[in-house]
Amino acid sequence: MYSEKVMEHFRNPRNMGEIQDADGVGTVGNPVCGDMMTIYIKVKDNRIEDIKFKTFGCGAAVATSSMITELAKGKTLEEALKITRKDVADALEGLPPVKMHCSNLAADALKAAIEDYYKKQKGKVESK
Amino acid sequence: MLTSKKVYMDHIAGKPVDPRAIEAMLPFIREFYGNPSSIHSFGHEPRKALEEARAKIVKLINAERAESIIFTSGATESNNMTVKGVAYRNMDKGKHVIASSIEHMSVINPCKYLKTKGFDVTFLPVDKYGLVDLDSLERELKEETVLVSIQYANGEIGTVQPVREISQIVHRKNAYLHVDATAANGQVPIDVQKDGIDLLTLSSNDMYGPKGVGALYIRSGVRIEPIIHGGGQERGLRSGTENVPSIVGFGKAAEIAVNEMQSESERLIRLRDKLIKGLLESIPYAFLNGHPTNRLPDNAAVRFNFIEGESILLSLDMMGVAASSGSACTAKTLEPSHVLLATGLKHEEAHGSVLFTLGRQNTEDEVDYVVQIMPDIVKRLRAMSPLTPKELLS
Repeated sequence: MYSEKVMEHFRNPRNMGEIQDADGVGTVGNPVCGDMMTIYIKVKDNRIEDIKFKTFGCGAAVATSSMITELAKGKTLEEALKITRKDVADALEGLPPVKMHCSNLAADALKAAIEDYYKKQKGKVESK
Repeated sequence: MLTSKKVYMDHIAGKPVDPRAIEAMLPFIREFYGNPSSIHSFGHEPRKALEEARAKIVKLINAERAESIIFTSGATESNNMTVKGVAYRNMDKGKHVIASSIEHMSVINPCKYLKTKGFDVTFLPVDKYGLVDLDSLERELKEETVLVSIQYANGEIGTVQPVREISQIVHRKNAYLHVDATAANGQVPIDVQKDGIDLLTLSSNDMYGPKGVGALYIRSGVRIEPIIHGGGQERGLRSGTENVPSIVGFGKAAEIAVNEMQSESERLIRLRDKLIKGLLESIPYAFLNGHPTNRLPDNAAVRFNFIEGESILLSLDMMGVAASSGSACTAKTLEPSHVLLATGLKHEEAHGSVLFTLGRQNTEDEVDYVVQIMPDIVKRLRAMSPLTPKELLS
């Protein structure tokens, strides 16, 4: 039921893990629903220099997390914010319809991580 | 697939048809195509085969007479016929139906349908092992109760119900007891007379017969009306030309079950217990779903905290092992299994469930293989999960 691309990312997820001193962290989903993911980013000169993920969920949840780290790495924050759920699904050669909503949370998690980064930067400026 | 190994442990989803049943069916596909209702000679062999198959079902469950067995298209039809057919036929007594909250959807959904037609429906709670609460049963039974539907055993968690005790309680209030034996038939001996069962659902494929056929045992005197109307086959209770080849295969499967059930179930229990023990001992935060001892011989239902069932199934599939899950993500609906939730599991616990159902061709080597590969699968997914406690990762 999954594309070969989804299975390939499930078997060999890219950028899995945590970044201890992350500049931004975003968590979306909920274990009650069966899908939850956290994205960690390191930002340098307005670009995503490093990105990692941790995911609890089904095959699609793992594959979309892995894919978004590939799509976002090296991009400027503005570019990264433009990545949509559809971009992630397309890059994975499609997702089963039932998975499009529940498990395709990676773009949201990335946005949350970038917003967290902006919030922390603002805090730093204000405290100076 | 990363391996050429193939281990099938999803017998609840579908079983191979016993070659002896296939052999028995073939003449009725190739040569004896006549209609069993025909008066001419082409109808004779199919009619004879139909009644021989019926006699084998009678023997399997110790029914009092052949007329008590109605052939259907499977367990879903038998369950629908029971819930709707008994409710509609007995409205003069009352409009109350009781079912356990862990019944199969083919009982639950007809009950919900009856609710929309003005019937009163009660779903009984179960304890953490999945055993029906007998006190609530006693409390909920009323003069108006016409039917109580409780499965012999649950396929998803393996728990076997105390059917005889349930029967005594139900009959004190003059209601009918329907038992869905889909998961249990062919694995545990069922005696409708001693067990005090008024209606019993049987499924062919669940005992290694062909798919698309089943039966409903209806004790003599039980008032029920058909849900399929037509030419009046099966004593007017289930119209439609009988599916003779499949019924013959079903009969053969029942005959084989009668002869081999005891030794095969003993073998399965040994494999089941080895599998459960192996998984629970080698993996931390692993738990058994369902009852530890009152459980079906084929059923090893386990859950692993902090990870999700579909990911486990995909990982097992990569290693050549087929199992199933009560996880939302593998089903058409997004809710975790109603059975697991009814036993009191939290959503996130239910999501981590995996169900291994063993069968005739499974070997001890295969059980050892699963026990050997499972710890690494769980470890890999836990390393990926944000829910895993830090101390478990080091």
